[in-house]
Amino acid sequence: MAAPRASLRLVAPVWNRGTSGIRGLSKAVDPEGSQRKGRTLLQFLTDHFYDVEAVREYLLRKQVLKVQKKNRFRDREWMRANEQGLSSLEFRKLQEVPVEAVDASGCAINYQGLDNLLALKELQSLSLQRCPHVDDWCLGRLYHLADSLQELSLAGCPRISERGLACLHHLQNLRRLDISDLPAVSNPGLTQILVEEMLPHCEVLGADWAQGLKVGPEEQSPDAAGSPIPA
Amino acid sequence: MLRRALRLRLGQCLSGRGLGTYRGGSTLDCDGKVSKIKKKIQSIFPGRAWSPLYDTSHLPPERSDVVIVGGGVLGLSVAYWLKRLEKQQGAIQVLVVERDHTYARASTVLSVGGIRQQFSLPENVQLSLFSAEFLRNINEYLAVVDDPPLDLQFNPSGYLLLASEEGAAIMERNVKIQRPTHSSRQEGAKVCLMSPEQLQKKFPWINTEGVALASYGLENEGWFDPWCLLQGLRRKLQSMGVLFCQGEVTRFISSSSHMETASGEQVTLKRIHEVHVKMDHSQEFQPVECALVVNAAGAWSGQIAELAGIGTGPPGTMQGTKLPVEPRKRYVYLWHCPQGPGLEAPLVADPSGAYFRREGLGNNYLGSCSPTEEEEPDPGNLEVDYDFFQEKVWPRLAQRVPAFETLKVRSAWAGYYDYNTFDQNGVVGPHPLVINMYFATGFSGHGLQQAPAVGRAVAEMMLEGHFQTINLSPFLFGRFYFGEKAQEHCIL
Repeated sequence: MAAPRASLRLVAPVWNRGTSGIRGLSKAVDPEGSQRKGRTLLQFLTDHFYDVEAVREYLLRKQVLKVQKKNRFRDREWMRANEQGLSSLEFRKLQEVPVEAVDASGCAINYQGLDNLLALKELQSLSLQRCPHVDDWCLGRLYHLADSLQELSLAGCPRISERGLACLHHLQNLRRLDISDLPAVSNPGLTQILVEEMLPHCEVLGADWAQGLKVGPEEQSPDAAGSPIPA
Repeated sequence: MLRRALRLRLGQCLSGRGLGTYRGGSTLDCDGKVSKIKKKIQSIFPGRAWSPLYDTSHLPPERSDVVIVGGGVLGLSVAYWLKRLEKQQGAIQVLVVERDHTYARASTVLSVGGIRQQFSLPENVQLSLFSAEFLRNINEYLAVVDDPPLDLQFNPSGYLLLASEEGAAIMERNVKIQRPTHSSRQEGAKVCLMSPEQLQKKFPWINTEGVALASYGLENEGWFDPWCLLQGLRRKLQSMGVLFCQGEVTRFISSSSHMETASGEQVTLKRIHEVHVKMDHSQEFQPVECALVVNAAGAWSGQIAELAGIGTGPPGTMQGTKLPVEPRKRYVYLWHCPQGPGLEAPLVADPSGAYFRREGLGNNYLGSCSPTEEEEPDPGNLEVDYDFFQEKVWPRLAQRVPAFETLKVRSAWAGYYDYNTFDQNGVVGPHPLVINMYFATGFSGHGLQQAPAVGRAVAEMMLEGHFQTINLSPFLFGRFYFGEKAQEHCIL
């Protein structure tokens, strides 16, 4: 099987930038982005007037629906950056080629969108870095790729917690796993140890196990802050 | 003259179902009303204490379109879908009556919180699948303006059901029902069957002795935080305009009418007109006029049904068929085992009935075992029996997972199952004789995981008159009279 290697680079569609303009309407989509000062007036109005509340709820519902509808990929060739998107001729040439690596970093892929990735039966490397909608439910679906997946990166995904990482034990062929910088994981050091125990053949990059430990009051000598021993 | 007019009105009411122009309060208690009016007039005269306006903010409203008895996850789910499926915003006024505002004895919050699709009835599989989809998209369903999103703490670790030689054939049949078939257009559960060798390879900490087959749920199964779901529903309902009341339902005022069926049989149909809600620690009660009543009282649904007159009749008739839901006490124990299974441990259910799951990251585990009929504890209180753990739960767990030989029980609690003694499956839909009482109860330990879907089904039944999305006709009340069991075999 001397098929040439190919990988598709997926980029987030343009609407992602548009949502920041609708700030102050829903914390549900963008929890950190709402600014304090501008919102108190809106909140006051919402509390006191039914009409304002109804309008805001309607817009919130539309906003939430938008996230689902516009999750389409725009495939680009790995090497060439093409502004208009992939030309159909090139894509047809590559249709028979098994996809080996997908880099979906920063892409707004969600649970339903993952269907497309899970259909790639020979995927070896998957990068879901900084994907804002990838959460524990999505990780629960990755077992479809258990036979071929060797490298997985989940760094920087805001919704992934240690509960989702527990489903990665299906991926027995995994050799490299990156779980650094996961803000929703409660205890990164302990989670790293547990994940390493769960996947013995895999190299797990992520938090240092000593990250969760604090230097005690007696041990404040300079060499206590030295490099921690990896687990 | 007043008396004559009142007597005429009284006669009109009892003459049958010509209640089309029925307005205002119930006139079935005319003499009592007259004396009340007399007392009021007397109190107006000087020298008597008269307080025409007093604080009623703690009382429920005087009338409400729908009264839901029970504010647990099933009751709130019915309320949510009623408000969501109503034709016009604000069309239906819903009142949720909950006796215990701290939910100290509610089955919802005392539950282990698991959700699975591995059931033996296709309806149960569909209910759980929709509920999983609801929980996955909970922040779209229950989004409230200005409030932070909900974090259900869902662990997608799956359920691992083990079967012995005798149970292996049943398990295979169940898995066929759970998986999607080519003919049906419905979604199915993703379940994989494993032999003892595969099981040993995947989970080396299991002792596969006595296990002939294992079924492992791969997607949409796991456990979550039921309190968070409850609070999320409450918050959303308050924003949708559902009224909450803390009180106990003590009485139903209803009227009966005699009808004849097409085959000439005489039946007595009942209609509930008022629900008396008694306040806590006082004799004060508020009669709430209502059109529909939903019985979602969980473990106490049987008592509510008796208040409505269900089951008061000669045995062997539809009138004499009681609602077979009673409270059953179940324990849950939390223990610590330093050498126990790791992060990958699913919720494991032994063929003997014992089950456990991981809790958190610190090698803590939750688990229990359902007692047999003879060992059933007294449901009068929620005291925990630690001897039950020592004698029944621990040996079975230690036999299945050898690492559990050394463990230390940290704490335990007890909760109720709203146990359906007939076939351990839920009761939904209207009662055939008390025509405006709807049931959403009796789920015997799998109510929490099916609540969103059941709420939708009951709301559809109430608004449209038939089930639209998932057909729950096997779960109607009539089956208790006709003896048609919809038996659920996989009960934990």
